[in-house]
Amino acid sequence: MDDVIVVRDLTKRFGHFVAVDNISFNVKKGEIFGFLGANGAGKTTAMRILCGLSRPTSGEASVGGFDIRHESEKIKKNIGYMSQKFSLYQDLKVWENIKLFAGIYGMKRNEIASKTDILLKELGFEKEKNTLVKDLPLGWKQKLAFSVAIFHNPKIVFLDEPTGGVDPITRRQFWEMIYDASQKGITVFVTTHYMDEAEYCDRVSIMVDGRIEAMNSPKELKREFNAENIDEVFRLLAKKSTRKEI
Amino acid sequence: MLRYLIEKEFKQIKRDFILPKLILLFPFIALILLPYAANFEFKDIRVVVVDNDKSSYSNQVLNKLRANTSININYIEDSYTKAMELIQEDRADMIINIPSGFEKDYIVNKKSNILIAVNTVNGMKGSISAMYAQNIISDFSLEKNSSIQVLNSPKMEIQPLYSFNKTLNYKFFMVPALMVMILTLICGFLPAFNIVGEKEKGNMEQINVSPITKPVFILSKLIPYWIIGAIVISIGFLVAWLFYGITPQGSIFTVYIFSFIFTLAISGLGLVLSNYAQTYQQAVFMMFFFIMILILMSGLYTPFTSMPPWAQTIGSFSPLKYFIDVMRCVYLKGSNIVELLPQLYALLGFVVVVNTWAILSYRKKN
Repeated sequence: MDDVIVVRDLTKRFGHFVAVDNISFNVKKGEIFGFLGANGAGKTTAMRILCGLSRPTSGEASVGGFDIRHESEKIKKNIGYMSQKFSLYQDLKVWENIKLFAGIYGMKRNEIASKTDILLKELGFEKEKNTLVKDLPLGWKQKLAFSVAIFHNPKIVFLDEPTGGVDPITRRQFWEMIYDASQKGITVFVTTHYMDEAEYCDRVSIMVDGRIEAMNSPKELKREFNAENIDEVFRLLAKKSTRKEI
Repeated sequence: MLRYLIEKEFKQIKRDFILPKLILLFPFIALILLPYAANFEFKDIRVVVVDNDKSSYSNQVLNKLRANTSININYIEDSYTKAMELIQEDRADMIINIPSGFEKDYIVNKKSNILIAVNTVNGMKGSISAMYAQNIISDFSLEKNSSIQVLNSPKMEIQPLYSFNKTLNYKFFMVPALMVMILTLICGFLPAFNIVGEKEKGNMEQINVSPITKPVFILSKLIPYWIIGAIVISIGFLVAWLFYGITPQGSIFTVYIFSFIFTLAISGLGLVLSNYAQTYQQAVFMMFFFIMILILMSGLYTPFTSMPPWAQTIGSFSPLKYFIDVMRCVYLKGSNIVELLPQLYALLGFVVVVNTWAILSYRKKN
């Protein structure tokens, strides 16, 4: 299988602080890759570099076959992104947000219209088509944000703590949506705090103080650390942390 | 791509609780109120007269003062000290003190003095009041000279010819310039706050991970405010015509062409600042700082040419200066676009520089 994300010796410093410390990993096409770590471990920073939002201090990486230093605008055409902070326009209606972002990614007007109806049906949002996004409950917002992030059918979707603050049922539904996307061949790169969610990933990496301390499938990790679940693995590794929470 | 973004801007503006009302109301309120505030005509100057002579001549001076519409004789006092108290209590603006023996001196010595004491806390008002009084008194003296001295020397009379603003109405001078200020406030502040707002809400990040190019992004913010600018200036024309009967002597198209160019310059400036500001607070403060300086250095209230040369140099970096020039020239003198080419080039220069800067300073990456 092809590697859609290749990261080699990636480092990001902010002054003396090393947010991302020489990390290397590959992500395969269609994989659900869990990017785990405590607050301040450097997950979001690493993800922002891969999305072309931040420049690395040193190291190399390619996303979808494009170099992050010189081809970040090409990368942007091929990825979807859902940030920690809800970033759809709250004062636009549901369909308007979909239309706007689809339009930004160069989709055709009639394609947008037909695909919007299909999506709203899948989400069970038909009645909310004309609702302002700010009036949706948080869980619905997150589902919508994810749907918008993959609406233009990107090669890779980056999700930064997508289920923060969301109830268990909605989280479950959210992960079903992630599986569906993965089935369609979209590579999913997801950071999370919820260790039960890590179990759903094909592979996970655990970051401690800017370094990747462990990376494998959840099954292998549990065996390697002789742990019952990923939560235990995470605790064993996170103990090593000397960094204060930011 | 651009079309979707512009559509989005208009939807957001339309849904905002305050913005649409403000955009429509602001030109009305500002043009109806501000010309009265920015008034440099001094009427109802409160005068206290101290007449120590109580003669026929002093009475004639008083009558001349009474006949003047700008001057009101509010008090007649016996002593200068009492008159001065009135000034100190801010109940009068000017003392006209006629000494005893005024008439006698005038007839016998052909020379007599009147003291004019003026409150000059407001320097301009003070000097204009004094000028009014001087004119009235020299008028009196001229009349006396021509009647007493029959064999007087040839009389010289100055007859000013007022060009372009024949009635010397300050509103004709202020209203076109105030339109520039309104356009500056609406089209400079709004795009700046719009971008900073998107930064704070996190929308910007979503835009930054998308393939939107920098020029497209800047245009998507520029074009809506360009259209709003056209609406605002049209309201301005309407208010000027309805309330003051002021219409441009020159072509309205000239004014429109310039206002389109000016809007691009001032919105571009707002965009540049918004690229540097991270928070609303910073953006508000930066905009106030620049807009205050740009407005006050532009010759809106004070004649540009009476600033010292170094200040004029700084002022010539204010796009407002050129557009205010244009507005006054077209409205009062009826200048056409060929006569305004220097201003046209200056404003186009601003548009290019400021918007290039806005595109370059917009960072999709940090």
